[in-house]
Amino acid sequence: MSELWLAARLDLAESLRARWFAVYTLVFGGIVALLFLFGLTESRVLGFIGLSRLLVTYIQLCMAILPIFVLITTVRSVAGDREAGVYEYVLSLPVSLSAWYWGKLVGRYVAVFAPVALAMVAAVVVALVRGIPVPWGMFGYYTALLAAMAWCFLAIGMLISAVARSTDVAQGAAFLVWLVLLLLLDLILLGVMIKGQVRPETAVAIALANPLQVFRTAALTLFDPQLVVLGPSAWVILDTFGAAGYRIYGVVYPLLLGLAAAAIGYRTFSRGDLP
Amino acid sequence: MIRIEGLSKSFRRHRVLDGVNLAFAAGERVALIGSNGAGKTTLIRCLLGEYNHEGRVAIDGRSPRTDRRATLARVGFVPQLPPPLRMPVGQLVAFAASLCGTDPARIHAIAGRLGLDVTPILDRPFVRLSGGMKQKVLIAVALGRDVDVLILDEPAANLDPEARKTFFELLAERAERSTMLISSHRINEVATLVNRVVELDLGRVALDDRVADDVSLAGVLACRVSARRADPALAKALAAWKFRDLGGGVEWEGEVAGPDRLRFLGTLSRYVGIVTRMSIEEDGR
Repeated sequence: MSELWLAARLDLAESLRARWFAVYTLVFGGIVALLFLFGLTESRVLGFIGLSRLLVTYIQLCMAILPIFVLITTVRSVAGDREAGVYEYVLSLPVSLSAWYWGKLVGRYVAVFAPVALAMVAAVVVALVRGIPVPWGMFGYYTALLAAMAWCFLAIGMLISAVARSTDVAQGAAFLVWLVLLLLLDLILLGVMIKGQVRPETAVAIALANPLQVFRTAALTLFDPQLVVLGPSAWVILDTFGAAGYRIYGVVYPLLLGLAAAAIGYRTFSRGDLP
Repeated sequence: MIRIEGLSKSFRRHRVLDGVNLAFAAGERVALIGSNGAGKTTLIRCLLGEYNHEGRVAIDGRSPRTDRRATLARVGFVPQLPPPLRMPVGQLVAFAASLCGTDPARIHAIAGRLGLDVTPILDRPFVRLSGGMKQKVLIAVALGRDVDVLILDEPAANLDPEARKTFFELLAERAERSTMLISSHRINEVATLVNRVVELDLGRVALDDRVADDVSLAGVLACRVSARRADPALAKALAAWKFRDLGGGVEWEGEVAGPDRLRFLGTLSRYVGIVTRMSIEEDGR
């Protein structure tokens, strides 16, 4: 078996044994269970009913929880392992640094994405059993969106772990990154625009560069194709991308951003001191 | 086998290694000694390709940093502190064996010789093992394959006398063809294992000397100890060395591994007021 798959399997097995994974799985599985339990599929909001209503709510909750969950658990375990001396021993074995780093990324990706995706699959299965119509297009796109989001924040977490020399610093940095992205969703952008300190185009560009905002807007495009709730900024988005184009951007941009973060993380990891 | 030229390493402004030049040939057993902060661990990590550094480090002509796989495939390493690996023992052994291209059965066999039956603990997390068991697993992983270089950081610190004896035998089997680098705070811990001593102090080589190589790694000493009276503490200490009570707790007999003689005498020195006679005979087996 190649070194990369060995490293991936090892990390996946480590994740499956970890407490964070149990909590993580419980949270996402629990969300779907609760949404069914509270009759969300029977309620109607903005014309949504059945599984589409559940999926819209689920992805909104995922956007709130998944990034910080993935960031913190990644930096805690990766930087924590290095601090505890795990790297000193494991990297004394004949494994290439690229296989170790990318293998770890692959294993961890499966661990963070599988529970989120399986919860959605479970929702679809329950819907099929109960005879609730399944919006396959929405299901497919939201799955792709969550896959891209999980990858993006996992890669950012790996980058932070590679740069930070201690668990505390890594955790603090991860929280700060998440907080900045969160504040840039609305608060800071609205604030600086109201004060007239940035041009509207700059604010829109910042929003388009913020993966959290990209996910939110991409998710909105499925049930609000004209992006009415965004106000005038929707014109920039729709004129530049179009509704379908933005949906593609919503998946491709986080994937590329994640790839860039992971690549910089690898470069930092492989050129620095390992333990 | 190992060539170190102008090796320097700094952490921020603190220079931990300062222009170290050393060369170790095959068959050399080197004690790497020095107080805390002398640079032993940093030197070991440079040898394992884990640190960036100034100067050059080569094992068999290859850099452990840039040519990791080929170089580290021939290097066995036992750390001073076992890493807190949560993976089960079976997974650790399988992972290491796959990377090193060895058969897990060889690792199991070495662990068995050290007195650790791996089969019942295959599913137990490594981190939950006792200190001695962890050390035996790590030694088995390091010795359960063909290596040219062994880097051992206080390797026998957690082993009981019986396992130490086997450990020395295992080293003896590899002594001719391997270079061994054995790190310790104190020379008396490793003096009988080595034929060369390198002392580091503040990142520089303070001493590099050959030592008499008369102690056989696989040698066994027949020992007999007589005590003035039966003493529970002495009895416990000798029982730990697997000595047999010949009668009334005043006459004891047992075997000590050759390289362990200093450690044994150190143990016995604590009861010097009670011990009335002792004898040590080489080639006790």
